Amino acid sequence: MTAASKQPSGAASYLSRPSTMVGPARRKRFIALFALLPALVIFCAFWLLPFSRLIMMGAEADPSSGISAYLTILTHRQYLISLATTVGLSLVVSLVAVAIAGVAGFFLARQRFFGKSILVAILTFPLAFPGVVVGFLVIMLGGRQGALAQASLWLFGERWMFAYSLAGLFIGYLYFSIPRVITTVMAACDNLDQSLEEAARSLGANTWQVTKDVIVPGIAPALLSTGAICFATSMGAFGTAFTLGTRLSILPLNIYGEFTNYANFAMAAALSVVLGVITWMALSLARRLAGGNLGASV
Amino acid sequence: MKSRLRFTLQLSFTLLVCLFMIVPVAMSVMAGLTENYFVGLESGLTLRWVNEVWQLYADTIWLSIKLALACLLITILIGVPAAYGLLRSRRRWANALEELLLLPVAVPGLATALALLLAYGSYREFRGSWLFILVGHVLFTLPFMVRAVLSVMQTAKLPQLEEAAASLGASFRQRFFGVVIPNCMSGILAGALMVVTLSIGEFNITWMLHTPLTKTLPVGLADSYASMRLEIGSAYTLIFLVMVVPLLVAIQWAGRLTEQRR
Repeated sequence: MTAASKQPSGAASYLSRPSTMVGPARRKRFIALFALLPALVIFCAFWLLPFSRLIMMGAEADPSSGISAYLTILTHRQYLISLATTVGLSLVVSLVAVAIAGVAGFFLARQRFFGKSILVAILTFPLAFPGVVVGFLVIMLGGRQGALAQASLWLFGERWMFAYSLAGLFIGYLYFSIPRVITTVMAACDNLDQSLEEAARSLGANTWQVTKDVIVPGIAPALLSTGAICFATSMGAFGTAFTLGTRLSILPLNIYGEFTNYANFAMAAALSVVLGVITWMALSLARRLAGGNLGASV
Repeated sequence: MKSRLRFTLQLSFTLLVCLFMIVPVAMSVMAGLTENYFVGLESGLTLRWVNEVWQLYADTIWLSIKLALACLLITILIGVPAAYGLLRSRRRWANALEELLLLPVAVPGLATALALLLAYGSYREFRGSWLFILVGHVLFTLPFMVRAVLSVMQTAKLPQLEEAAASLGASFRQRFFGVVIPNCMSGILAGALMVVTLSIGEFNITWMLHTPLTKTLPVGLADSYASMRLEIGSAYTLIFLVMVVPLLVAIQWAGRLTEQRR
């Protein structure tokens, strides 16, 4: 049946019932709910319910300390140190990544030269590398047979390596953070009004002043937002840490260890919830500053 | 003169960053193709390691492809209607619901996987099948599909188009399949590429949920890094890159496509 044949005939009925054109508001809302239902059912059954249980499990007693696992995290040095290490490492990585990729991204957004698109491609395609691959790339650079070890063996007769330590994590986290910052900074610079810079320059401001007073404040929300995404991603980066060595004391590895090695489900649950709350807050901040970017974890 | 110097300095800095990004990838590709990495290139180029990876890990590659396609199908079937529902809901509700659906991305995969394991791990049949991993992938990729489709819906003047169709007497079904879907095709495409890329590369959730019989490509990668010689890990990484880089190029192309429409 064609659409037209269903229509009540004549313009009169068309004019007399304007409210039925898309259906009354209630029906519209019903359709919206109906369309959302499958996604919501799956989300509730497989995420909301299990995660609520995880939150409750974290309140159960930790076998070694005898008190609630959340309290154990707050009162035991070992967990506090690992929490501080993870937060500190992620903060430093985000700051360094924003600084490095901020400069490179601004340069690429503003200059035109031969071969620029190749540089942009090189700087952005590692965006989709999973954490495990990034870990392996760090081993390629600083592992037992890595580039640094070969170079130092040839020059000084000894193997230098950094891959299996916090320095290795730092390099790995930096590796997956830089592409994220570059794409955001380039987009923010494109949106920045160039006439402001020209105005400042014509009023006699030098390059440093223009950078400090016009460009950086102009893209500050983007810098903060992308920094928060890097922070959240680094906090939860399990794959990279897992490849580089499971002995380091950072939160994702602690969770994995408590769960698989000690079958301490209460502690694993409590640590996951703490980690989840931190990354969720960082990503909420990022979205509030500059919507649009979801920030996938690696 | 001064600006010329500044340009050179900034260019060299950017080139250094590029080197940092590309050198380890190039080293890994070379290692996957040389006969003996410790001897170096003079030992000769070979496809032996790629071949060996294929024999050892072909099933992980097939499982990853199967998972990615199943995940794509489900995210389209539930994600496109969900985006439409969000578009049609009151703004306050839509924001709250989108925030909820985003939680599996905002919380580390490890936590999501742990929650799933503790809740459903005791159902033996389910736990041992690839569907258990599929659930994790769907949770993780769904927000990307919803967001991609919703942003196209918002810019496509969909309410006006739909109203026009309704005023001509089109039923809801006719409107949904005749107006809504064709108008957000570019969003579905962008979301689909994103979903497939993320699913193929997903490790944090999958590592916790996999069993010896349900290993995906990234799980196999971690396995080979830990227990195989460097050449095999490198060759395996090479195969992964060959699968993922075309997808990335396509994502950029699709992004440009939707930008032009705006």
